[in-house]
Amino acid sequence: MDPAAILANALRAALGPSAAAYALLAIGLNFHFGYTGLLNFGQVGFMLLGAYGVAITVTVFGGSLWLGLLVSLLLAVALALLLGAPTLRLRADYLAITTIAAAEILRFTFRASPSRDLTGGVFGLSGFAAEFNALNPYTSGIQIGFLAYNERQLWVLTVGWTLVALAVLLTYLLARSPWGRALKAIREDEDAARSLGKNVFGYKMQSLVLGGVIGALGGVVFALNLQSVHPDTFLPLLTFYFYTILILGGAATVLGPVAGSIVFWFLMAGMDATLRQAGAAGYMPDWFGADALGAVRFLVVGIGLMLLMIFRPQGMFGDRRELALNVR
Amino acid sequence: MSAEPSAVARSLADVAPEPGVSKPDPILVAAEVTKTFGGLRAVDVDALEVQRGAITGLIGPNGAGKTTFFNVLTGFDRPDTGRWTFDGKPMSGMPAHRVARSGMVRTFQLTKALGRMTVLDNMKLAAVGQRGEHFLPALLPPLWRAQETAIEARAEGLLEYFNMIHMRDEFAATLSGGQRKLLEMARALMVEPTMVMLDEPMAGVNPALTQSLLGHVTGLRDEGMTVLFVEHDMDVVMGISDWVVCMAQGQIIAEGTPEAIARNPEVIDAYLGRSRHREGEEQS
Ligand SMILES: Nc1ncnc2c1ncn2[C@@H]1O[C@H](COP(=O)(O)OP(=O)(O)OP(=O)(O)O)[C@@H](O)[C@H]1O
Ligand SMILES: [Mg+2]
Repeated sequence: MDPAAILANALRAALGPSAAAYALLAIGLNFHFGYTGLLNFGQVGFMLLGAYGVAITVTVFGGSLWLGLLVSLLLAVALALLLGAPTLRLRADYLAITTIAAAEILRFTFRASPSRDLTGGVFGLSGFAAEFNALNPYTSGIQIGFLAYNERQLWVLTVGWTLVALAVLLTYLLARSPWGRALKAIREDEDAARSLGKNVFGYKMQSLVLGGVIGALGGVVFALNLQSVHPDTFLPLLTFYFYTILILGGAATVLGPVAGSIVFWFLMAGMDATLRQAGAAGYMPDWFGADALGAVRFLVVGIGLMLLMIFRPQGMFGDRRELALNVR
Repeated sequence: MSAEPSAVARSLADVAPEPGVSKPDPILVAAEVTKTFGGLRAVDVDALEVQRGAITGLIGPNGAGKTTFFNVLTGFDRPDTGRWTFDGKPMSGMPAHRVARSGMVRTFQLTKALGRMTVLDNMKLAAVGQRGEHFLPALLPPLWRAQETAIEARAEGLLEYFNMIHMRDEFAATLSGGQRKLLEMARALMVEPTMVMLDEPMAGVNPALTQSLLGHVTGLRDEGMTVLFVEHDMDVVMGISDWVVCMAQGQIIAEGTPEAIARNPEVIDAYLGRSRHREGEEQS
């Protein structure tokens, strides 16, 4: 066993491009769930549209990266409007059901063979990151202690974390504005907000669109990092990772989703490396093969998260006083 | 309690004490409003006019349909039939937030404090026409900071008045039942309504504070605000109302000045009870 290697692995993931992408998705979800109280269980659908928006525009239509980005964001806006229009006037559970279904419908449609010309079907798409790679200003990678990134990874990281920083700034500004106050009021009691003249439907829609667009940006970063997209990456499970991240960091806090994503990836990668090394060193029983490893990793991370929720239910940045309130 | 009748009370003195009677200067005019739940006719109001600038008390037994009538008028419930105008503008079918913005603001019998927001934020939320409530201006604090400061000052003034200023920075979820009533009423006033509709505003508020609230309500009336309130405490109703409307089983069975209502045999049968009429006891 080599603790330094485990730590290096965990840190690499915690600061890596996927952590940045997941942070963006959790920041989007924070607008939905944290501030507005919208139960969006289909955040991965926005991620999918973000990823495929760029991939399809560039590979199938030969458009530029920037056009692809624009398409991604417009698709996210369209999905938010489509989901919100029929459900946001109804009880909260309708949005939950609709969003989880919509995300699955998107995944199945994108992987279906009739869509192959457009989406590549189950094989997905690749080769859309050339323009992005060409923009890379770095000519060499870096090595900080045992953390090493090559120049391409460094470029993805720069873009990813810059977008995260911008999204955090946006959250910070909005959360302390009267606009943010109206969102929180809707989360607390939408009838009260209505009785005070607030257009509840309008605010919910704005929140859904904004959070969806930020989520789609996460999808773009995710796709540019992998340089390929596959429909079966976008499983419903991912949405629950984003919820885990959000609650871990603290819902309705500015930095919660970012810290949550870093810790989430640290734990996942750290546990993975530990179990792998333990297996290689012969500490594990014989039946413990590669698939058992994946399962045990989730088990241990799950227990870790449960302990965290028991001892710090408000998340890392949340206010315990606030959580203790018996709101209804 | 009220030493001499107010100007509005005098203007209502000559109005006939009949259900649905026309008022000299009505701000709210409703006709044929019905609302059924399954087979139950919760509201069945043929006609009601509410006098501008008056305090109108709405009384009636539990389940008479008072709250449902409020819900319908303020856009929170869709009626089966009915039309009504507020300040001359047709309001039927208007969504609740636009009703509030047009100056008709209601409170809830079961209070709706915004629990995980501070008392001050509850108040500030209620101000209308905030520039910072729009998405893009929200990102530029200089555009709304001055307005925010003014709103905060107004909120603090009202909290002071309602003896709530010491709770300013507490989460609203920590308030007691009576304090929630106070917050709800103060918050409604932040909207600067032309008419407030208060659903049992004094329920659970201690007597001394009730007295001071009554003073405040008459004060609002004297500044020109119209007040329609539901209340079961007959001393309160008789004490401050310029006009009283009595509902039972969804219908308006009587209206009149407080004195006329106290003597009205139908009201006594349906609501007040005999003993009260004889001894003038409080019924609750
Ligand atoms: N959402 C609902 N669904 C079904 N029935 C309802 C609903 N709301 C009210 N009712 C019924 O309508 C009738 C009128 O109720 P409402 O709440 O308007 O009475 P109220 O006059 O406000 O009574 P109280 O003085 O006790 O507050 C009651 O019989 C009640 O059971
Ligand atoms: Mg009621």
